[in-house]
Amino acid sequence: MSILVYTENWDGKFKKLSFELVSYATGIAEMLNTTVTAVSIGKVDENELRKLGNFGANKIISINNDQLIALDSQSYTSVISEITQKEGAEVIIISNNNTGKALAPRLSVRLKAGIGSGVSRLPLNLNPFTVYKKVFSGNGYAHVVLKSDVKIITLAQNSFDLVETLNNTVIENVELTIDGSSLKTAVKDVQKQTGKILLTDAEIVVSGGRGMKSPDNWGPIEELAGLLGAATACSRPVSDEGWRPIGEHTGQTGKVIAPNLYIAVGISGAIQHLAGISGSKCIVAINTDKDAPIFEAADYGIVGDAFKVLPKLIEAVKEMKS
Amino acid sequence: MKILVCISNVPDTTTKIKFAEGNTLIDTTGIQWVINPWDELSLTRALELKDDAASGIKSVTVLHVGTATSEPTIRKALAIGADDAIRVNAESSDSWFVAFQIAEVVKKEQFDIIMCGIESSDYNGSVVGGMISEFLGIPSVSAVSGIRIENGQPVMTREIDGGKEVVTVPVPFVAIVQKGIAKEPRIAAMRGIMMARSKPVKLVEPVAVEPLTEIVVFEKPTPRAACKYIDADNPAQLIDLLQNEAKVI
Ligand SMILES: Cc1cc2nc3c(=O)[nH]c(=O)nc-3n(C[C@H](O)[C@H](O)[C@H](O)COP(=O)(O)OP(=O)(O)OC[C@H]3O[C@@H](n4cnc5c(N)ncnc54)[C@H](O)[C@@H]3O)c2cc1C
Ligand SMILES: Nc1ncnc2c1ncn2[C@@H]1O[C@H](COP(=O)(O)O)[C@@H](O)[C@H]1O
Repeated sequence: MSILVYTENWDGKFKKLSFELVSYATGIAEMLNTTVTAVSIGKVDENELRKLGNFGANKIISINNDQLIALDSQSYTSVISEITQKEGAEVIIISNNNTGKALAPRLSVRLKAGIGSGVSRLPLNLNPFTVYKKVFSGNGYAHVVLKSDVKIITLAQNSFDLVETLNNTVIENVELTIDGSSLKTAVKDVQKQTGKILLTDAEIVVSGGRGMKSPDNWGPIEELAGLLGAATACSRPVSDEGWRPIGEHTGQTGKVIAPNLYIAVGISGAIQHLAGISGSKCIVAINTDKDAPIFEAADYGIVGDAFKVLPKLIEAVKEMKS
Repeated sequence: MKILVCISNVPDTTTKIKFAEGNTLIDTTGIQWVINPWDELSLTRALELKDDAASGIKSVTVLHVGTATSEPTIRKALAIGADDAIRVNAESSDSWFVAFQIAEVVKKEQFDIIMCGIESSDYNGSVVGGMISEFLGIPSVSAVSGIRIENGQPVMTREIDGGKEVVTVPVPFVAIVQKGIAKEPRIAAMRGIMMARSKPVKLVEPVAVEPLTEIVVFEKPTPRAACKYIDADNPAQLIDLLQNEAKVI
């Protein structure tokens, strides 16, 4: 019996969500009095693998196979479900991001395991096994009972704090041979930016809306983000207009993020926008309209013109840093 | 080639959701039901592909698992331009149940591309598309933000961390779509609404299968504390609060 965690890395370094997943799994393992096994697919060195142990992983299964560089949902599902069975895992923890959304439902069918998706707390109850998940894009939460023997939880990003729990960790390098004909996904082209902060991983996000008036006005947003080590984001019309890349659009139909700090500049705060950001720990709004709905969601607000406020804010951050 | 677009029926995204019966049910009074936004975009893209004769797409069918109360949503999909529709006549009890029913239909009807949205805006499951593909043992591509047909082969763009990939998989497969798949949802024109009345909606009875999950109770989110306002001339105070009160920078 154990809890299995599917971790993810980016260019050989674990994403923050991997440590969150392991912290969360360790929390469940304590409730169930069992151990945590983390699975890592990709080229990750031993030093990096050991970091999972700092958050409570008892065992790390590392698979480094060139055939598994691109995500092929069927072969990944086979690999993870075989490990699940070999480890006798009772609960599988995956992120609720794109990768998790690709794999969790396939694993569910393969293992006849009920899924709780977008879960943001430890199980409310073990018998019956009850999880707490977001519904209606954040306008409600549901207590969901998973009735199957094996259970899958996809954890909402940034919803669970990192908890350091030192454990003696064993690393197991697993060699796999995969029948090439079972790999169905052919990658024709890749466009990847490296070195940028991933929006879904960012602790701080500075976001601009239609109130910024034109794509030429993004200088101060980028400068502020740069100073704070933040990622940049935007509202849907801004990306629809092509002012910003589509990967920056947050909201119900864009990315759902939950950073520690979300700064919304010139964003009205439509319900569909809030659906993507309401999980943020702290929300700051800068808007000329004191009645804009964003202020209902915000912790701190400045009623004012972004073009006057941002330069002053940037000065204040520079001062803080010096 | 034939496309199947799976559509779910959800409250309009601006609806204020209320719960009833001791928070065990959704209070449906006054709710406007619509095609799930993702599915509306999938349908739009499927129809765009069919409009291009060179694509080889011959038909676009919509499928919904739900009771007769979702008929208007199905009619709307037909009015937008789907050729025909299938409704599995059952309460959609959980994702496992829904995906199982859809897979059963696909086994009998043969489609080349099965399109699902990344999530239903009601229960935010994000699982039905992936489950269908695994029930059928066929490939799935998720986070699809673009699809075109090149020499008879569907070619997809999918989002990955910090970028995009262009991928192909053999048909039949499930495409799980997200932002970018189509720009604006296609709107039903008067002619489409008239024609929808005579388009076929095939009724299929469900296959018995036990759901694996059950929602026992709902909760409203805890309201946020009131916003603290800072003078527009003094943003330095904001930085101070973020540093010393909220402790987020
Ligand atoms: C099905 C559906 C899904 C959707 N999904 C999303 C989604 O995922 N994400 C999303 O963002 N939207 C989404 N939308 C759109 C959403 O309803 C809003 O239209 C959108 O969020 C508005 O973007 P905005 O706040 O940038 O623009 P606006 O609503 O136009 O707001 C601009 C704001 O800027 C302020 N402003 C103007 N000038 C200044 C200035 N100089 N300084 C400071 N403030 C200024 C204005 O007071 C105003 O509040 C969706 C809509 C639908 C129907
Ligand atoms: N009752 C349903 N009938 C048909 N398709 C559905 C149904 N529920 C979900 N889907 C499809 O599955 C996608 C993801 O839904 P979900 O997994 O419920 O978030 C939706 O965008 C639809 O394409």
